[in-house]
Amino acid sequence: MSQPPRIEVENLTVTFGEGRRHVVAVDRVSFRVEPGESYGLVGESGSGKSTVLRAICGLAPIEGGRVLIDGQNLTGARSRAFTRQVQMVFQDPYGSLHPRHTIDRILSEPLSIHGFQGRDQRITQALEDVGLDPAFRFRLPHQLSGGQRQRIAIARALILEPTVLLLDEPTSALDASIQAEILNLLTRLRREKQLTYLFVSHDLAVIDHMCDRLLVMRGGKAVEEMTDGALASRDVDSDYTRALMKASEGFVRPGAA
Amino acid sequence: MSQAHTTPPTLREWLSTDTPRSRFQARSIAIWNAWRTLSSNGLAMLGLAIIVVLVLMALFAPWIATHEPNAQNLTGRLNPPGWEGHLLGTDELGRDIFSRIVFGARVTLYIVALVAVTAPVFGLIVGTVAGTMGGWTDRVLMRMTDIFLAFPRLILALAFVAALGPGIFNAVLAIALTAWPAYARVARAETLTVRRSDYIAAARLQGASTFRIITGHVMPMCLSSVIVRVTLDMAGIILTAAGLGFLGLGAQPPQAEWGAMISTGRQYLLSHWWVATIPGIAILTVSLGFNLLGDALRDVLDPRAATK
Repeated sequence: MSQPPRIEVENLTVTFGEGRRHVVAVDRVSFRVEPGESYGLVGESGSGKSTVLRAICGLAPIEGGRVLIDGQNLTGARSRAFTRQVQMVFQDPYGSLHPRHTIDRILSEPLSIHGFQGRDQRITQALEDVGLDPAFRFRLPHQLSGGQRQRIAIARALILEPTVLLLDEPTSALDASIQAEILNLLTRLRREKQLTYLFVSHDLAVIDHMCDRLLVMRGGKAVEEMTDGALASRDVDSDYTRALMKASEGFVRPGAA
Repeated sequence: MSQAHTTPPTLREWLSTDTPRSRFQARSIAIWNAWRTLSSNGLAMLGLAIIVVLVLMALFAPWIATHEPNAQNLTGRLNPPGWEGHLLGTDELGRDIFSRIVFGARVTLYIVALVAVTAPVFGLIVGTVAGTMGGWTDRVLMRMTDIFLAFPRLILALAFVAALGPGIFNAVLAIALTAWPAYARVARAETLTVRRSDYIAAARLQGASTFRIITGHVMPMCLSSVIVRVTLDMAGIILTAAGLGFLGLGAQPPQAEWGAMISTGRQYLLSHWWVATIPGIAILTVSLGFNLLGDALRDVLDPRAATK
């Protein structure tokens, strides 16, 4: 292959705490994501999937292994160039927006950090991209609904024009109808801006809808990697994946089969 | 919605729209809403009125005072309120007590204002830096704070003034030096609750420097607690200043200062009650005013109590 993968994770290990409270959150996980691909990480809570994202962007310490973006090894504090390239959308839209900053400030801050020109125009464009009325621009986050807040969080991540978007359960804090809207928005944005997604979720149905390939994780370890097609044909190897698939089908009334 | 109007919106409409059009309008609406909450609280308005009267009294002291505050009249000493145009009587040197109270407001306000712009700012910086950076910075800064907190406040202020020499400015310095650790603690506690939040992580991910995170993201979250703490501490600051004045370590004679006025009036308390009582009432009233306002500000500014 001539081009290096956009994201390459090699034997990534992340540990927290010392002595008795030592926890291995991610244990020798490897995967690679090609440019323009949408890659999913699935697992129950505590499986280390979010920690992989946090390790990639420097919010969790990398204990062992390597993370490469476009073939470049990430070490130490993340550079400004990295933040231009990789952005993240957090799980909880109620916690990821500063409660005292207006939408305008939230969106203009990354622009001023990176010295972008034409801020007004970029902010209006960013709001339009995520399907929000420009009238929202000077509101505070608490004046918006959960779905609108998550749109703002997506707009904030995209305003620096990154190539990679890390999505940490972006819809799990939202109710079902809003989830679909946000997922459709993300699908459209990926197509329009040729983004690479690394999508974390506990919901196999969401991952199935969003991702080309996925990695099932459990207890910090990679269980199995599979393609979209394999999921549809139920061609899975591990019992754990099977259990996850069953869980994502939802509640079935006993005896109704 | 203001868009529906063909005529330009009135000021009230402009201030109550839920879709502000500019940064300035968004800020005005926030201030207006805070003011509406505050003004619906009767006691807070009473506190604010007291403070406004104090400020006006200090500003227009030469016009309000009926006499020269330091003009002595030994033949007319220790006269009761109402005597020959002396509204609140005269003190042991025949000086008009009302005029001295009015001019004393300047000293009180000077002390309060200087302490309010130094100690909380310093405390806020120390607290947010310690809380955000963590590690050794946190340990060193907080142990320093602990050392200052371990001293009784008035005693430490006394020691400072004794070392620096008596006078208002040194009294302010001493009060500020003893007052900042409390703000540092409040700011650090507030910082610790927000430093792990997603919006700080998001700011870091956008490449924000530590300086930008502290000033732009952490400080606004701590500011309200600190402001509330300052208004509630104002009473204590006035009392400490008066205490230093009472002990002769604050304002020096003949300058009119409420604490010093009580101190000299003390000798005549049984025979001529008004000499010490009237400045006492002044201190009580102003302290009460700041406390009432501080209580209400807590309701307005507390981010956790913010109305959704």
